[in-house]
Amino acid sequence: MLRNTSTSYGVVSIGQHWLMAIVIFALFGLGVWMKGLGYYDAWYHKAPDLHQSIGMVAMALLMLRLCWLSINVKPAALGAAWERTGGMIAHRCFYLLMLMVTVSGYLIPTARGEGFDIFGSIHMPALISLTARQADINGALHRYAAWSIMILATLHALAALKHHFVNKDDTLLRILGTSPKP
Amino acid sequence: MKFKMIVASLCMALFTSLSAQAAENYVIDTQKHHAFIQFKVKHLGYSWLLGRFDAFTGSFTYDAKHPEKNSVKVIIDTASIDSNHAKRDKHLRSADFFDVGKYPTATFESTSYQATGKNSAILKGKLTLRGVTKEIAIDLTQIGAGPDPWGGYRRGFEGHTTLHLSDYHMPFAPKLGPVSEDVELYLSIEGIRQ
Repeated sequence: MLRNTSTSYGVVSIGQHWLMAIVIFALFGLGVWMKGLGYYDAWYHKAPDLHQSIGMVAMALLMLRLCWLSINVKPAALGAAWERTGGMIAHRCFYLLMLMVTVSGYLIPTARGEGFDIFGSIHMPALISLTARQADINGALHRYAAWSIMILATLHALAALKHHFVNKDDTLLRILGTSPKP
Repeated sequence: MKFKMIVASLCMALFTSLSAQAAENYVIDTQKHHAFIQFKVKHLGYSWLLGRFDAFTGSFTYDAKHPEKNSVKVIIDTASIDSNHAKRDKHLRSADFFDVGKYPTATFESTSYQATGKNSAILKGKLTLRGVTKEIAIDLTQIGAGPDPWGGYRRGFEGHTTLHLSDYHMPFAPKLGPVSEDVELYLSIEGIRQ
């Protein structure tokens, strides 16, 4: 079904989760690879352009996801009290980090008041250009947020596996959409 | 009484004109930005990339009678580099190039002034950039000097010099290719006499 219930995720939430997971991992890989490119590499400009383009899509997906979150119930968390609390903190951190990484990324090329084009043609305007140096600060924030997401995602995946193989509860099945409970 | 006043005025006039012939101290007019430090470097060998350092301070002394005593000191805020492109300037400020976090200033202190003509000279000095100090020589031309309409006295110069990028150990610089090894510096400086 479309919407979440107190015991299961709807297809929209499940779709958003996996789509963004793929997009985030792809952006991270692209980002790390592109930083190592030399000035004469064919992808020296293409890689960051693609990274910025997909990054803005990620930002849009995040906005939609936050909207969907606000009008849906959350399935009750499973496991011990520390697991439920830990999960809540981790998930909130994810939203914060996803916001940080997309916004800080956007503030780099727009630092001087100039917008940029994504996918060769859609224009992103520069909305916040306070100082040229904002590119540096946001560059650092972007890097920290990106790596934090990767570390958190690893812990997040390990926790899901723990729920599935150790606790033997429905946590992983819920987000895979194969949970038997309605 | 009137005679004494005449003598006093004459003495003052003589004293002023004498001191005008001695070493003059100038502060470079960076407050109203009548001073520019620009650079150009080849891009792929197809065009010149231009940029400048927006923020710097400096002073110079000028002695018309003993020009070999002329001296300059300039301190540049490296983070003020401006090539009119957000991501390029970010890259230039990073450790790949100027590493402005570690080296926030570049300085030039002159060591000699050798007049080569009425208004030209070779100004030599030490440039410290990214922690490296190099002796450089600037081809200097005096543009003019005189009183301004607001009670000041100004003197201005322009200068050219060529720097070798490889001297300053910027990790990404060699990746730009050999065509970008030389960077031409152009200076246009106006000082206000103190």
